[in-house]
Amino acid sequence: MSIPQPAYQETYLRLHGDLPGAGAAWMTHMRNSALSAFQQQGFPDTRVEAWKYTDLRSLGRHAFTPASDSGEITEAALEPWLFNHEPMHRLVFVDGRLALKLCPFQTLLSGAALTSLAAVLEQCPDELENLLGHTLDADRPGFDTMNTAFLQDGAYLKLERDAVLEQPVHLLFISTGQAERMTTVRNIITAGPGSSATVIESWVALGDAVSLTNTITEIVLAENASLQHYKLEQECDSATHIGGTYVRQQRDSRFTSHSITLGGQLVRNELDVNLAGRGAECALNGLTITHGRQHVDNNTRINHHQPYASSNEWYKGILDDRSRTVFSGRIVVHPDAQKTRAQQSNHSLLLSADAEADARPQFEIYADNVQCTHGCTVGALDADALFYLRTRALDSETARKLLVYAFAADVLERMRLEPVRRYLERQLAGRLAGSDALLQGTLLH
Amino acid sequence: MNAMLTIKDLHVSVDGKAILNGIDLTINAGEVHAIMGPNGSGKSTFSQVLAGREQFEVTHGSIHYADQDLLTLPPEDRARAGIFLAFQYPVEIPGVSNIYLLRTALNTIRKQRGETELDAMDFLTLVKERAALMRMDEDLLYRSVNTGFSGGEKKRNEILQLLLLEPRLAILDETDSGLDIDALQVVANGINSLRDNSRAFLLVTHYQRLLDYIKPDFVHVLTAGRLVKSGGPELALELEQRGYGWLEEATAGATP
Repeated sequence: MSIPQPAYQETYLRLHGDLPGAGAAWMTHMRNSALSAFQQQGFPDTRVEAWKYTDLRSLGRHAFTPASDSGEITEAALEPWLFNHEPMHRLVFVDGRLALKLCPFQTLLSGAALTSLAAVLEQCPDELENLLGHTLDADRPGFDTMNTAFLQDGAYLKLERDAVLEQPVHLLFISTGQAERMTTVRNIITAGPGSSATVIESWVALGDAVSLTNTITEIVLAENASLQHYKLEQECDSATHIGGTYVRQQRDSRFTSHSITLGGQLVRNELDVNLAGRGAECALNGLTITHGRQHVDNNTRINHHQPYASSNEWYKGILDDRSRTVFSGRIVVHPDAQKTRAQQSNHSLLLSADAEADARPQFEIYADNVQCTHGCTVGALDADALFYLRTRALDSETARKLLVYAFAADVLERMRLEPVRRYLERQLAGRLAGSDALLQGTLLH
Repeated sequence: MNAMLTIKDLHVSVDGKAILNGIDLTINAGEVHAIMGPNGSGKSTFSQVLAGREQFEVTHGSIHYADQDLLTLPPEDRARAGIFLAFQYPVEIPGVSNIYLLRTALNTIRKQRGETELDAMDFLTLVKERAALMRMDEDLLYRSVNTGFSGGEKKRNEILQLLLLEPRLAILDETDSGLDIDALQVVANGINSLRDNSRAFLLVTHYQRLLDYIKPDFVHVLTAGRLVKSGGPELALELEQRGYGWLEEATAGATP
């Protein structure tokens, strides 16, 4: 049930002494066991149910290695990804390592700490012993063990009780485009009771080298905490991006995820939310826009463990050329989770006859007093709507773009963070080249 | 002077099935024509073919708009040339705001007519004035096109577009269906306010009731894809009393 990856053993033996946290016995132990588990598992093949539609054999043909040093990058090169210089707490990671000189000095509110995970692993590793890896599920086939064995760096955000971050935290991950580079990142966000923050992860690449990104973001929300999480995947069209976002929510906490995938040759986004406290809420929004031969696989799992919790999923995809998307949405309502409300929607728009969208809604309901709904559509542009717009004097190209844009717009409308929303509107209009009129505040918002 | 619309021996198929089987019709500026017919007679196909629906295949015949060959023009060019179709079932378009569509349509057509485009403020004044005429809730301007509108609201929205775009030839496809009497009067008033010597109207309807409010110059009966009888307004009353059966039988007898 796997594609063996013996080469990584040697890479690990060569490098592990230099990986952060090598001085902490628990960390070394965790890495060693993760490596042996990974050696046993390899990459999952398509006989593994959760990877049925995503074939990783091409990935196995490359020998990816971690960067020994990060590529050079200037501050000016960051410009396209700064959201028009909207004030944010920003950490910039180059080839998976914090680039200190690109991070402006900023003061967070008291009650909050934002730093590099590698620094914490070097200086006070014990702070992470009861955090790192605690949202991971040992039974999940895939890339978690590889991530644990090789993790280089990432962000560590800690919010104390009632801390409120006014400005968003922006984590910008840039790959400098060195061939067969493996970037392994772990972010840890822990939000104390009543705290609140917004975190944006941007994943971008210079050049078009074949590369592998393996990243995990672990999020733990204490009671009544609130987190808005944006993940923008815009790596190049030859990049492989395997990402996991694992969330554990306590009572009355609120989590919103916006997962936007525009780039990458092969992208897998795992999003696991455990609603472990009464009345916890999560909203998971996704937008995938693919062209060429891109393959994007969104795999979401929501576990309702306690009563009165709600989850709302809203995923959309726009597929052109020969691209392919997969959406798997598994929702498990456990016996104690009475009064659960769970909604799931997944809609795909096919712009080409050669594109393919697979959708797999999976509900497992073990409680008897719950409301669960799901809706799923896959289709081409609505011919009636196109005709209607053309009878109102819009030419066919403008009408087509308008409908595509409108299809995506309701995902963007769900974003509270205006600079990010505007940025994505521009990206979207850019993809629909020449649709300037669409930018002039013409649509609904 | 050329007629505004000249249709000669028009045959149309939809998915290989013949729907219109030889229609001849001439409409001059200033005239109001009503086409009546039972369900399935081809009324909506006829309306949509005039507006340029590409899925409907014209297998024979011609349509001229003034001296232009209409069949060579895509829907948007027909709209720009002054043809307007009010839909029987206006399409819901989530994510596109009504006011954006109204303004884009109007400015595209104004440009075509050699007029200046309206800026946001002037447009807003105009659209609010016309919406008031249609007794439309202003809120509907800012919602997605027709999305979640009631049947009556959709029809008013169509006539609002008619009032804004001021077409030369307006085709109203069963605009009266599904309207209560108050809404019908509002819609009829809107249409009547545009009547003048330079414009023509083609009312496609199932019910005579509309013609109490918009008096046609000519009434034509469409059955089985043919105009089987034409007359003045009195024909509509006769249809109201006798139904379509007698015409369908007469036609069936006359056709070899």
